[in-house]
Amino acid sequence: MSPPAPRRRGTGLIRQSLQKRSRRVPTPALTSGDVNTSVFSLSPPVRDALGIGFAVGVSGVAFGTTAVAAGLTVAQACTLSLLAFTGASQFALVGVIAGGGNLVAGAAGALLLGARNTLYGLRMADLLGVRGARKAAAAHGVIDETAAVALAQPTPAAARTAFTTTFASLFVFWNLTTLLGALATERIGDTAAFGLDAVGPAIFLALLWPRLREGGRERLVAGLGAGIALLAAPFLPSGVPVLLAAVAALVPAGRSAPGEGPTAEEARS
Amino acid sequence: MMVWTAVIATAAGCYLLKFAGLAAPRRLLDHPGIRRFAMTVPVALLAALIAIQATAPGEGHGIALDAARLSGLGAAVVALLLRAPFLVVIVVAAAATAGLRALGL
Repeated sequence: MSPPAPRRRGTGLIRQSLQKRSRRVPTPALTSGDVNTSVFSLSPPVRDALGIGFAVGVSGVAFGTTAVAAGLTVAQACTLSLLAFTGASQFALVGVIAGGGNLVAGAAGALLLGARNTLYGLRMADLLGVRGARKAAAAHGVIDETAAVALAQPTPAAARTAFTTTFASLFVFWNLTTLLGALATERIGDTAAFGLDAVGPAIFLALLWPRLREGGRERLVAGLGAGIALLAAPFLPSGVPVLLAAVAALVPAGRSAPGEGPTAEEARS
Repeated sequence: MMVWTAVIATAAGCYLLKFAGLAAPRRLLDHPGIRRFAMTVPVALLAALIAIQATAPGEGHGIALDAARLSGLGAAVVALLLRAPFLVVIVVAAAATAGLRALGL
């Protein structure tokens, strides 16, 4: 279950293959100036990854308490965090159980929410370039946060480091805090008082930001995606609006010729 | 036992969904249209996720406009425009939201 740890890279062969890949894979814009303003010695992807692990990990406490309050055992809550490891789906299942709802409907809702990870995986497969057992392990980490951090990196090498570090730190924090929250029998205060409900969307906004600076098409796609989800939210079960927003990615690529594969120029234009 | 079944089924399904994306035949991505879609789809999904989470009501589903939370995200946008580092952006969003709630918003 532990993620691959390709920390030591840079042998000639690997570097060569990364360079080769970097020509095929469009590179997202550099993350905004924080490389220069860094006061930490950690590389930006590692710093981002640890920060996200910590910030998102806090919501693991919320999941643990919610799950136990909904009637799950501590073991069931921890099993979900260990094996499902995709927050939105876990909350969806637990929410249905809390409401005394049908378990099949609960699981279906959770899977609907999890379906977007398939789309992330489609995008990340080339970037990660993993095979066999490593692919099986890496797949477990393909979720909102890891996809967002990986895709915000300027190079494929940085994207791989970012994916691995985010996956590892999130996995550790998320499971530890789930256990903590589940074990704490009484409710842990009011998380809203600490503004924690703004942390989730703020994380994704900060991660999406470099892509939004890439160009008009990205901003149009993002605006359309958000609009579609908001319009659909009052009418469709949770999970469906975000999936439906994938339609926004069908916006044609404007200036680049339709027959061409995506190039670095296209990603940066 | 019923709950265990749902827990295991959800966990297995979630993993298979993740794996399906990574394991999809590479030939699929040779098609420029599919490739472009796969490149852009995270932008659409993440933007949708931001919108949904920013407007999530405390109970049930639908849309609720929470002034403190939305202001916190506004503060995050300002921080991003000022090129603040990632963690500063997150802290600014949470602090602004918490501060406004403490003030009774």
